[in-house]
Amino acid sequence: MHNNTTYSPKAFDIKKITSTKSFSAFTAALLAIFLGIVFGFIVMFAASPANAASGFLMLLSGGFRRLGDVFYFATPILMTGLAVGFAFKMGLFNIGASGQYTMGMYFALYVGFMWDMPDSIHWVACVIAGMIGGMLWGFIPGIFKALLNVNEVITSIMFNYIGMYLVDMLIQGNGTMYVATKTRTAYLPASAQIPSLGIKNSNVNVSIYIAIVLAIILQIVLRKTIFGYELQATGYNRHASTYAGMNGKKNIIVTMMIAGAAAGLGGAFAILAPSTIAGSSMTYEPINIIAANGFNGIAVALLGNSSPIGIIFSAIFISHIQRGGTLASLYGYKPEIIDIVIAVIIYFSAFSMLMNAALARFIKKRRKHESDNPDANRESTSDAEVNTVSGPDSEVSTPDSDVITPDSEATTPDSDVSTPVSDASGDSVQNDTKEGE
Amino acid sequence: METVYYLIQNTLPVAIPLLLVALGGMFSERSGIVNIALEGIMLFGAFFGCLFVYIVQDTALNAQVILLLAMVVAAVAGLVYSLLLSFAAVNMKADQTITGTSLNLLIPAAILLISKMYFMSDGITTKKSFYLREIPGLSKIPVLGDLFFKNTYITVYIGIVIFIISTIVFYKTRIGLRLRACGEHPHAADSVGINVHLMRYIGVSISGVLGGIGGFFYSVGVMDGNVNGHTGVAGFGFLALAVMIFGQWEPVRILLASTFFAFMRTIAYSVALIPFLNTLNISNTYYKMLPYAVTTIVLAFTSKHSRAPKAEGIPYDKSQR
Repeated sequence: MHNNTTYSPKAFDIKKITSTKSFSAFTAALLAIFLGIVFGFIVMFAASPANAASGFLMLLSGGFRRLGDVFYFATPILMTGLAVGFAFKMGLFNIGASGQYTMGMYFALYVGFMWDMPDSIHWVACVIAGMIGGMLWGFIPGIFKALLNVNEVITSIMFNYIGMYLVDMLIQGNGTMYVATKTRTAYLPASAQIPSLGIKNSNVNVSIYIAIVLAIILQIVLRKTIFGYELQATGYNRHASTYAGMNGKKNIIVTMMIAGAAAGLGGAFAILAPSTIAGSSMTYEPINIIAANGFNGIAVALLGNSSPIGIIFSAIFISHIQRGGTLASLYGYKPEIIDIVIAVIIYFSAFSMLMNAALARFIKKRRKHESDNPDANRESTSDAEVNTVSGPDSEVSTPDSDVITPDSEATTPDSDVSTPVSDASGDSVQNDTKEGE
Repeated sequence: METVYYLIQNTLPVAIPLLLVALGGMFSERSGIVNIALEGIMLFGAFFGCLFVYIVQDTALNAQVILLLAMVVAAVAGLVYSLLLSFAAVNMKADQTITGTSLNLLIPAAILLISKMYFMSDGITTKKSFYLREIPGLSKIPVLGDLFFKNTYITVYIGIVIFIISTIVFYKTRIGLRLRACGEHPHAADSVGINVHLMRYIGVSISGVLGGIGGFFYSVGVMDGNVNGHTGVAGFGFLALAVMIFGQWEPVRILLASTFFAFMRTIAYSVALIPFLNTLNISNTYYKMLPYAVTTIVLAFTSKHSRAPKAEGIPYDKSQR
């Protein structure tokens, strides 16, 4: 990180925390969320001024009334968010989370209906099957990308459609799984359903814990393993990492498989969730529509800055305001307002880091004018934010900088290691070395 | 022969939206901006086009005149919407994929919201028919008349005219050349006095215009003049991206790729009418998967030497020269 090398190490140092990239990503996300919510209020006000205040309050706080549901709906989008975010770390845009999600759902359903197993392990087998299904659907675009150089955006879009049609056909052709008169799948046996957490009137189940643990594991993989280091290095600069001897092709395939597995788990978690009504279960309707949770995963990943830990929070946040949006319909508001708010948040999050940095620079300048005493640690608060921009492949340097860091700069696996940066000149904004987040 | 006529007549109205939107994507990407927002731009254009049709459908205007006017409305709408992308990508140097995705997320929700509030439905349903049974005179030409001038929409001819104009603009004008330079090496372009930011604005704006028109033509040719927030444009914006890559960012190849894709799709939806395929008795779903599978396979063979614009997706920064 970009701290002064003369810093004495302290256990808790606010300046050290505020100058990390994760922190600036966090404040940037907050800024984007703030702008998005303000926009949502404007829309609500325009739609119906009389109820705007109470509806808006419900939108913000409604989720707290249904905490169980917040976590229940957060689970699948947390997993698809991981699927998108993890691939994003490597510079791959996995827009195919929908297809992987649908495949995972089908595999889980298949094991749930067709395999007879003891009660205690049946649902576990279903979940694993779902993971394999998603992994398979992530593997194919990975292979195409690594070996044949096919743009992964296109293959994964194509495989969204292929997967959706395939699953719908397979389900409709299976007499055990499909109830033709109701155009949906039959009820899953209870043994295949994930154990509930027992919260009244809510489907929330054990899978939220699994999802959070998986996110933490992925974070550790990214930060503490050679594979994670190579993956991020490839994300920053593919050519440089190949030059450094990393096996880019293998890494692409493995990354896409992990991403696919995450999305597949999302599908399995969604379909295997227990129902609050005894004797029923979640069902799937094969009506030729691409799973929306895959695309919600993109929003979750982007808002969480592609960091697995960030994704946990962004999934819960998005699920929270979605619940709030559903409850806001009590005041006559359409739940689509939430989708608009989320879209606006993502739009601003794309450049909120830049706004954030500008804001920080502005505050810093004000402070400088007030005290007129540019001492040694004036650089520490905001400089690190200047060069950060969300997304692995975009890089921005401030116009007035004269030291340019090429993105082939080696990434350090651990952001706790502080990298001494050569001080260019007294006035210039310094460039930070790229680091793993 | 009847079957061939039928297939071609049904392919063209599907191919034209794909062609126009893919051309739009080409203009944007060749200027250096990845335009994932095409899906949203299409839907935005389609919505405003249909809204215009809805407003004027009870007047005495001729259906084809309405279509032309609505096309202009859709083009302007697409242009306005694309400015959101240009602003974020050019001025704010934002990540283009993220911005594009957010613009895609926004529109279906906004359409559902507005439609539910003002039309009590999920979209706009118009009652004007733009269908042309035959073009007087031209439809009498043997073979060609049956292929191209019967059971069609005027959108097909407009689309072809737009294709020719775009190809000329792209290859034979100063703007086209400068635009391509900005997508390959913006610093070099800048060094000879080309305004990279302006060029990128132009590239994205052209894609907005073409995307808006393409979206409205999709509404006309595929959805029979309606627009719906749930189904949207059924992934045509993304398919157009695939077609564009399939067409290697070149107009003529894009034309071939979009026709090919639309033809496969038409076959998939009319298996029952083709005696040969109908006797094979293969599940209809396989045919529906076919366009996507074939596109993937073709890409696998053609992508090894992909000619994507070099500076695509990288925000232009003067100081990095």
